[in-house]
Order: sequence, then C-alpha cells, then structure tokens
Amino acid sequence: MRLKLRVFGGIVTLLLAAIPAAAQHDYSPEDIESGALLYRDACASCHGPEGNAIDGTDLSRGQFRRASSDGDLATIITEGIPNTAMPPSNLSRFEIRPLVAYLRSLSATPPRQSGEGDAARGQALFEGKGGCLQCHSVHGRGGRLGPNLNEIGAIRRPADIEQSVLDPSARVLVVNRLVKLVTRDGEAITGRRMNEDTHYILLMDSEDRLVALPKDKLRSLEVEAASPMPSYQGKFSTQELSDLITYLVSLRGHR
Amino acid sequence: MRQLVVCFLLAASLQAQVTYERLLRAADEPENWLTYSGTYMSQRYSRLDQITPSNAKNLQLEWVHQSRSTEKFETTPLVVDGVMYLTEPPSNVVALDAASGRVFWTYDHRPLPEARLCCGNVNKGVGILGDTLFVATVDARLIALDARSGTVLWDTPFAAPEAGYSATVSPLVIKDKVIVGVGGGEYGIRGFVAAYDAKTGKEVWRFYTVAGPGEVGSETWAGDSWKRGGGSVWVTGSFDPALNLTYWGVGNPGPDYDKYVRQGDNLYTDSVIALDADTGKLKWHFQFTPHDELDYDSVQIPVLVDMEWKDRPRNLMLWANRNGFWYVLDRATGEFLQGKLIDKVTWAKGLDEKGRPIPDPAKALTSEGLQIFPGVQGTTNWYSPSYNPRTGLFYVSTWVNYSTIYSRRPTDYVEGRMYTSGYLRTSVPSLRRGPINTWGDAASGAVRAFDPKTGAMEWEFKMADVTDSGVLTTASDLLFTGGREGYFYALDARNGEMLWRVTLGGQISAGPMTYKAGNKQYVSIASGSSLFTFALREE
Repeated sequence: MRLKLRVFGGIVTLLLAAIPAAAQHDYSPEDIESGALLYRDACASCHGPEGNAIDGTDLSRGQFRRASSDGDLATIITEGIPNTAMPPSNLSRFEIRPLVAYLRSLSATPPRQSGEGDAARGQALFEGKGGCLQCHSVHGRGGRLGPNLNEIGAIRRPADIEQSVLDPSARVLVVNRLVKLVTRDGEAITGRRMNEDTHYILLMDSEDRLVALPKDKLRSLEVEAASPMPSYQGKFSTQELSDLITYLVSLRGHR
Repeated sequence: MRQLVVCFLLAASLQAQVTYERLLRAADEPENWLTYSGTYMSQRYSRLDQITPSNAKNLQLEWVHQSRSTEKFETTPLVVDGVMYLTEPPSNVVALDAASGRVFWTYDHRPLPEARLCCGNVNKGVGILGDTLFVATVDARLIALDARSGTVLWDTPFAAPEAGYSATVSPLVIKDKVIVGVGGGEYGIRGFVAAYDAKTGKEVWRFYTVAGPGEVGSETWAGDSWKRGGGSVWVTGSFDPALNLTYWGVGNPGPDYDKYVRQGDNLYTDSVIALDADTGKLKWHFQFTPHDELDYDSVQIPVLVDMEWKDRPRNLMLWANRNGFWYVLDRATGEFLQGKLIDKVTWAKGLDEKGRPIPDPAKALTSEGLQIFPGVQGTTNWYSPSYNPRTGLFYVSTWVNYSTIYSRRPTDYVEGRMYTSGYLRTSVPSLRRGPINTWGDAASGAVRAFDPKTGAMEWEFKMADVTDSGVLTTASDLLFTGGREGYFYALDARNGEMLWRVTLGGQISAGPMTYKAGNKQYVSIASGSSLFTFALREE
C-alpha cells in the first residue's frame, strides 16, 4: 500500500490568511528562534530586550531609517554605522541571516494586549486553570508534548509569548509539529515529531515514549503544521492574561 | 630463497609506476582508481562486478579512517596497486593500506593564514603520475609529494591567497603535465586553468577563464570588469586523448548577484571550455548561463560518452548543470544537441535551438527579494554524476523543488573581501547544521536517472533531505550514492530499487569509488569526518 503522506494544507492556508502581510516573509520559525538568541547575546545590551532602548531607534516597528531591504540590515549589522555607537560585528553570514529574520519578525507580532501583572498569580493560573503543565514543563514539572519553558522569558519578548498563548499556530517549530500515524498493523500513534528522514519518523508519543518508526512499516503518516496547543483567546480575563505573561517572562533559566 | 625473490619481484611489479599509458587505459585496470572520476571519460563507472544486485545485501564495513578535521570531507581517494591516497581538510594527504585502512604516512600542509574560502577549507583529492602525488592547497599552491614517503618534491605557489585565490580541486594529470584550476569566485578573482610540469612544478600554460583585453571574448565584459570577473574552477575536468582536448567547467562571474557592473555575456564564466592539452589554447566553448546573476557555476564534471546519436556514432559530453538543465553536447565541436530540465526552473523560459537560455525579464534581480528556482546551490552542483554504458543512463544527484530568495545589493570591490553584491535567503541551509531536519517540507533530494537518447527521466530514488553526494555505477548494474542524512545506498542502476543501505551518521559530501585489493572488491565513501570502506561478507 502506498504511504499516505501529507501536511494539513487547509490549516496552513487559513493560518497564512490570518497573519499580517508583513509576517508573510518566509523566515522560518527556526531562524527566528536562533536569531532571538543571537539578538539577546549581541544586541540586547544596547537595544534592550524589546528593541526600543535607544532613543529614536525602535527596531520593533519594522521600519528602519537606514535600511529598507534585508541586505541593508545585514550590512549595518556587519559594518556598523560610522560615527555612531553602532559598532561592526564579527557575526558570520550564517548568523546574520537568522538575526535579520528575528528583526523582521518583531514587527510581525501583534501589539501586546496585556500589561504588568503578578507572577505568583500567573504561576497559579499556569498550573491550575490554564492546565499548561499537561504539555509544558518548567523546572522539571509538567509534560513534554510542548516546548520546555525554563527560560522562555529570556529568549522571547513578552509580546511574542502573548502571541503564542493567544495564537499558538502563528509560529511552530518543525520539531514541535504533531504527527498522526497508523502502522501497517493498524496501530494509531500520535506524538510530537522530533526528527524525520527518508526512512524513519522519530517522535515522542502521547505517553512520552521516544519512538523511531521505519516508514515502510506505516500505513499513513500525517504531519500537522498547526500547533496542537489550543488558543487561550477569550479564556482569560485581561488581568489573568497579564499575570500569566508576567509569570512566563519571569522564567529566565539559569542565566 | 627463490620463492622470496619471486615474491619480491611480484610486490615490485604490483606497485609499478603510474605511467601516462596507465592513466589512458585506467578503465582496463578497474582494481585501481587512478583519477578523481575514475578515468579520463569521467563516467565514475567501474568494470568491477564482484558486488552485484543479488549479493549487495551482504556488504559489510571493512574499516574506517577517521580524519583529524571536522570540516566537510569531500575527498575521492585514489587507489594504486593496493595503496590508497586521500586528502583530508584542509589540504593534507594520507597514504594507507587499501585492504586494512592502516596508515603508511601522512603529509600535513599548514596553509598560509591569508587563505580565505567562501565555503569550507576542503579538498577533493590528489592526482598521480609515476611515483609522484599532486595536491592543490587552500592557499593556492600545487605541491608534489613522493608517493612512497609523503616527502615534498616541489611546491609551486600559483596565485595570491590574500586576494582570495585558493584551490580545492583534485588535479588532473595529462601526459607530463598536472592541470589545476583556481578557486575564489566570491572574492573578485580572475580565474584560470593552468598546467604545470610534473617533474619541476614550472607552469607550462595558463588559460584565463575571464577574457581580458586583446583576447577573444573580451567584448563580453564592460569596462575593466574582467579584472574581478570570477570564473573559478574547482572541480576536475576530463580529457579526450583522440581530440587532445581537456574539458573544464567554469564558475560564476563576479560579483555573483550584480550583473549590471559587468554588462555582456561574461565569457567564459558558467561555460565548459575545451582546451588543447599541450598548449592550453581554447578550441571551443559552450556557455550554459550567459550574464549570470544567480551564482550558477558550471563547475560540474564533464561526462564523456561515445554512443549512437540520431543513427550515427558520436563523441558526446553529458552535463548536468547547476542552472537546472542537463545538456548533451558534441565534444569535438561544442555543438548543442539537447537540453532538458532536471527539475523546476523559473529563471529562464527555456532554451533556444542553440541551447542559449531564454531569459524571463520578470526575474531580473532587484534590491527586493525574488524567489527563483533553482536556489543558489542549484538543482545539482559539483556532486559527481555517473554514466553507465550498460544501462545507457545518466545519473544525477538532484535538489528537488528548491528555491532561494535573491536580492541584488551592489557593493564595492575590496581585495581579499567577499565580492558577491547580494543577499540570499534560502529554505534549505547550504550546509547541514545538525542531525535534526528542521526545514521540513521545503525541498528534498533524489537521484534521477536520465536517458540521453530520449531525454526522459527513467526513474528516481527520493530522499527526504537534499543530497551533496556523488554517484558511482558498476558493471554489475549497481549504483552507489549517499545524502545529507548520512545514509549510504546500493541501488539497482536499472530501476532505482534500493538493495542495501547503511547509516553512516555524517553528511555525505563526496563521491563514492571502488577498487580491488587482493581478490576483494571494496567501495569507499567519505561521510562526516570519516572514510568508510565496505566489502562483501565472506560466505
């Protein structure tokens, strides 16, 4: 039997329609993620975590005084701006591309709805009403289906975290995709896609087992582009959302 | 005593000098692998047939040689009478016993710190003549080594590394000359192919791949743009002894992505050039991608094939190009005979009756990004294809449904600095970043088998990830290849059926080769940082 292999195309189309035009650059979530780490290490000390710490320079607006194209941004990152405090960098071109992707992503995130809240109340919501520990873990507690959040506050801006809570499918790493497969024996398995190649699909199943399955033993294999996480839009009050985001922002790992 | 003498004589004759006559008839001694692509025809085809479609399942690991570098391992080893010679990054040479993998000697080259390479401090292998090995180095030197000891015999610097000149190519030995090309197409070099005297290292001839004032083709370069015109040569050419022509593929024009500073066709970039092997004089050329702005180097293996073509025997050249087309040319004249798609192409509307691409004006680059198929690494690239005279098929490593978003970004030339004038975003990384496939469904890989006579694709073997591996075929209709995922395969060359596979773990960025030691056939492939060698399990 021929292996059925597809990505949920309809869902992808709907998602794209929902994303603002500026976000429809095809920067991959992986590039944006690695760009965020580079930004934190190389840029945030001057530009601030939100990109707006320098008077008159707000990187999150998506408009740059001295750059219109990605190439312009790359040049400024590489060469700096003479006679200003912006220095040249030693980043390689393999690092600059993710960094540009991250800078472009800043303006694609909708403005934050929530404000400052209370981290302790947020933690209670995270562990209680939100049911977040079912899938996410923090400091060793919780599930593994979703990404670990130990240092989410250090690698994501508050607005990005809020977007992930309200619109989880806006940005899903390939390694976090949900797979549904049926073996030739008729066993149905659902889990998180961890890796895939020509002959194997590797996943963590719904019982947290690491499973490597040969593709020639499968009857069907479906990879869902949308996030398995439900949207929390409308499920929290504004105050609750503020508390939750404040808690998540406080998670900064061991740094 | 008499037996000892006989043994000694046998050993001596087994390790005879590699004469030019042996190189000419390399196909007749398939137990050895005497040039980068196996023979001057560059078919990467071997007459060995001990390993067959029915017993390939019994292949097992014989030995592993671990390189001391973590750089991409692109070597194709040579094997001469039981001794294997390979290169390790950046430009080191190792001699080892081909049956056991145990090392006889190593030569470590310490490149000048001025050496700069766009895409890895790599090397593709050595050439050999007599008792001498030849290695081209990342700091643009050609070095001759004693094959028995690894001692340096001569060392010829041939270009300025501080200006971006380098070499990664496996040298081609023809008669008493060693022929190499120069790298540096992303640094505004003026490329060339040159021949050196095998005994002395003195330069005999040099052909500039960028035509300068007074040379035929100089009218295809505006102003003094030829001075920085690129045209690197980093993959080994082929040779037709009857025509006395050596064929080389030429790389992209510089700057890569801004064609407006170099108006004209920019000869002989993105071309195949046919040079007189004695003088280096140009006999003919065929340009695949005139006035390129997409970095479509024509640095591929010229695969020479003699076959019936439209009811008469012809001396042909098959060429699977980075620009997305594969070509059939007459190798005596350069006449274009056929051009077909390898995979999706959007930069051109097709080829005209002379093989010249019909440009799509809507695809001219601007400062805004423009998605173009194929992407910058090409539908195929330097990965060795294979032609199997038994199946009559041409096998090409292919990047399927692959694109790049190109932007033009004019920059000034500064000696020794990258001079590309563009900015690229691509769905598939140029180098694999790790063992996790994070680009999902963006592009995939395949080996595609084409029939030159019909132009049709006869079969394909699909891979989830792209492939930088070369292809080897044999007289038992086997095909060996690998991919970025670290699998190494034996396929049935007739239909693409997978007969055997092994997980080597590291990205394969080299071409497989085969040889015999004792009475056993071996197959070797570099993967990750190691060279793996397989043979049949003894029954």
